[in-house]
Formats: sequence, C-alpha cells, structure tokens
Amino acid sequence: MADNIKTLEQIVWSALSHVKDPEMATVSILDLGMVETVKANGTAVKITVLPTFSGCPALNIIERDIKQAAEKVEGVTEAHVEFVFTPPWTTDRITLEGRERLKEFGIAPPPANHVMGEPWEIDCPYCGSAYVTMENIFGPTACRSILYCRSCKNPFEAMKPVANL
Amino acid sequence: MTTPSEKGALIELLYQLADDDFILAYRGSEWLGLAPHIEEDVAFSSINQDMMGHANLYYRLLEQLGEGKADEIAHLRAPSKFRNAVLLEEVNGPGTYLEKPDYDWAFAVVRNYFYSVHKQIRLDSLRHSDFEPLAEAARKIMTEQYYHLMHWELWFKQLVTSTDEAKSRMNAAIEKVWRDFGGVLTLGPAYAEMVKANFIDDENVLKQRWMKRIEAVFNETGLPFSGEPRMERGNGRKGEHTPDLTQALATLSEVYATNPQTGW
Repeated sequence: MADNIKTLEQIVWSALSHVKDPEMATVSILDLGMVETVKANGTAVKITVLPTFSGCPALNIIERDIKQAAEKVEGVTEAHVEFVFTPPWTTDRITLEGRERLKEFGIAPPPANHVMGEPWEIDCPYCGSAYVTMENIFGPTACRSILYCRSCKNPFEAMKPVANL
Repeated sequence: MTTPSEKGALIELLYQLADDDFILAYRGSEWLGLAPHIEEDVAFSSINQDMMGHANLYYRLLEQLGEGKADEIAHLRAPSKFRNAVLLEEVNGPGTYLEKPDYDWAFAVVRNYFYSVHKQIRLDSLRHSDFEPLAEAARKIMTEQYYHLMHWELWFKQLVTSTDEAKSRMNAAIEKVWRDFGGVLTLGPAYAEMVKANFIDDENVLKQRWMKRIEAVFNETGLPFSGEPRMERGNGRKGEHTPDLTQALATLSEVYATNPQTGW
C-alpha cells in the first residue's frame, strides 16, 4: 500500500512539470522550485506551494493549473493546493534546468547564493557578457528587473535575487 | 492558542498592518502614468502591487481568524472600521487622477520613505512574533520590502541634496508628513495587550528605532531633526479618519460593491 501511495505522489510530481509560469511560458513551477510537498491520502492529493512574490497576480492562475494538472492524473479524484510561507521561497530554489530555461526566455537567472544587501553580478542572457547596466531594479512583473547589455546592445530582464534576511 | 482579549489585540494589529499597506498602495496606484518618468512609473506600480500583496496576506490571516472573506474585509468595511494611520489615506495632492492631477512628488517620496523605514523596523519585530503565521508572513514580506526601502531611500537622499527647488519642496513635504507620522508609529489602544502577548515589540521601542534611523539620515544629508513626529489629525488606530479615506474606499470598492458575489 505504502508503495502505491508513493507512486501516486511521484506521478503527480512529474505531472506538475507541465504547469508553466503564465508570465514565463518556458519555465515550469518545478523549475522555479515553487512546489514544496505532494501528499496523497488515498485518492486525494494535497500540494503545498511556495509563492514567489506575494502580490504576483499569476498565483491564482498557477493554483488553478496545478489543481487541474493533478486531477488529470489517473487515480487522483481531488487535488487541493495550499500556499505556504515556510520555508520561504528564495531564488536559490530555481533548478539548474530552470536557470537555463529562464535564459532561453531572455531573462537572466538570479545569482545562486545571494546574500541580501550584497551586490550581485548579472550576465547578459544572450551573449553572456557581464558588461551590463541596471536600468530599473523593478520591471514588468514583480520578480524582474530591467537591464541593458553594453556588449551586444540588447535590453534584457533579470530575476531579482530573493534570499532569506 | 490565546485568550479572547489576546485574540482581539491580534485582530486589531492585523487590521493596522493590512490597512496601512492597502491604503498607501491605493494612493500609490493613483500615480500610475503620472510619475516623474517612465522608469519610475514601472518601479512605483511594481511596489504598489507588492504592497497590495502584503495587505492581502494580512487579510487572509484575518480570514483565518474568522473575520470574513479577505476580499470582503478589504472592500466592504465602513471607513470607521479601518485601522490605517491617517497620513496614509491622505490624497496625493490637488485634483484627481482623472481630472487635473496636481500631485506632489516630494510628498510621495517622503511619505513612502518614512513609511518604508517604519515598515522595515516593524517587520523586523514581527518576524519574531509569537503568532507564528504572522511571523511567517513577515519573513516573506521582508524579502520584497527590502527593495522598496532601497528605492525610496535613493529618491529621498537624492532630492534633499539636489537643487534649491527640490530642497524646499522636500522640506515642505517633511514638515507636512511630520505633523501626522506619529499616527503611523502608534499601535493604538490595544497596544499593551499586543506587546504582552509577544505579537510585536513595544511601540516606544519601535518609535525610538525609527527616530534613530531617520535622525541619522537627516544628519547625513544636512537636514534639521525636529524631535518626535506628531499626530494632529486623529488616531486611525481608533477608527478616526478624514474624508480622504471615505473617498478612497468609495473609488477602490466601486466595482466590487456592485456585485460582491461575482469573482472579480
């Protein structure tokens, strides 16, 4: 029995790789490290998710998409999504694959081990140059900044580093 | 967890935290399209969006404590039920965002900067709160608030050390904000209960920390420091408010109130 439950949880985990961030279509919520736990109780599944930025309007859509993706899994009758703040989501939860996918989308990934208050280095996601300028620490969504690459002359975005304070 | 009077104090505290962020974010959102330049428009609206998110976190905690649904708490309460400081509900300047907005950027910078400094100090206390869900929310909010404070501090320091016109406008704004900032720094009538239950530190401790930090910035930028800020127009923590709040709530809840049963 225990083996079956574990398997169902694993299947749900892999189904969640199809849930993308609505504002970054190439990046999944697993890439971003947003999923904390998947727990099955019989055919009911509970998924705990760490919100990235608290005012992010994509959260409602993500919640709906997670529920739908999980309920599509055979053997799941009901999925429940809960947003939790412990542990807090930090940008070091973004996977290596996630970092590559962010770059494909034109967004520089945040530094892996950022210390809040310290300066951080951002490389251009197109040419890899570190010769960039910060145009605006705030950007089109809560999690992004706007930068400009002096080497390849492209504007680009970068994910803001978020670390525990 | 708690006695009824402790729960009452916790609810009061959560309303203060939520309503402060909520109403100031609303005032900030009225600047959309009117900020001094396009980059500021992006930055300021992003900050307001974060702050609305912070208010929402607190409203959800209130929901869990049986105060009703978060959306209804935000949209359907009478002005007298709001616990935000009076200064934060004040209009941005003459006019409205639709008609002849003659908003005061110096006031926006000073109000947001002073509030941001206080918010940081308050969160630093709340993250050790004995009410664990509040401590968790505070830790989350701090990661975002960090960027807000950095932003407003940059504006503040630049403008108070800039041209004579900038300096005189900033000084006028500082004087204006000083008259009511005491209302932000107070925790209201239930404060002793909040402190006793270890929900938050003593308001005098928080106030001293704020004054120390602001005084250091004033010294650094050559501004005269004029002692403790006042609370001239009433205590929002007691439900005392100005017509500015009534107007703001009427506008921001106009659509929601037409049909609260609909998902907006």
